Amino acid sequence: MTLDVLLFASYADAAGAASVRVSVADGACVADLVQAVRAAAPGVPLPRRPLVAVNHRYAAPDAALSATDEVALIPPVAGG
Amino acid sequence: MRTALVGRPLDVAALVAEVGASANGALSLFVGTVRNVNDGRPVDGIEYNAYAPMAEREMAAIAQEAGARFGTTDVVIEHRTGFLALGEASVAIAVGHPHRANAIDGAHWIIEELKRRVPIWKLEHYTNGTREWVQHAATGESASPRADQEAPHA
Repeated sequence: MTLDVLLFASYADAAGAASVRVSVADGACVADLVQAVRAAAPGVPLPRRPLVAVNHRYAAPDAALSATDEVALIPPVAGG
Repeated sequence: MRTALVGRPLDVAALVAEVGASANGALSLFVGTVRNVNDGRPVDGIEYNAYAPMAEREMAAIAQEAGARFGTTDVVIEHRTGFLALGEASVAIAVGHPHRANAIDGAHWIIEELKRRVPIWKLEHYTNGTREWVQHAATGESASPRADQEAPHA
């Protein structure tokens, strides 16, 4: 399946785009998607275990993905 | 109980009025503002950028959790987005409760959770013309193995 992964702040600046398109196997999990993003956008400074949101909720690395999910990589947050 | 991401100046007096039910003997207000220096570098202003639908969802969840934890429904949280000049309010949290300890502790708990969980980022504008995303060393990594993980655990 193909997913457009949303990027923000320092990640978006490094990629020069607000999203990155990746292909992962059907039944792939969050950790698989992170690996695909590392390959597709090597300039994005992802930590060892980046925070990922699926459908607006933080998701664990083993969470399964489906093609209709809204997926985002969350850089270190700095609100307040 | 109300939470919002807003693109206009925050009206903190209105927030206080909103949690001022007559049963409340205590109203606690926290206001975060744009400071003129960060890590020794002079700052001109800060641009706040949010992943809006998720930020709104997390702020609403924090308000609900605070209500349950501190025993009140009088909770209002507003966070600004866009460019803010020095001294402008970036976040305002108002909590009302019959007693002061819950109002004060509730507002304190909310700001700590907000800074830990809500997907908002700051692009600092320095007086020398450069800009940089604020990075907090303790976040941005998922350290919890829990499948039901709800938030970043530093």
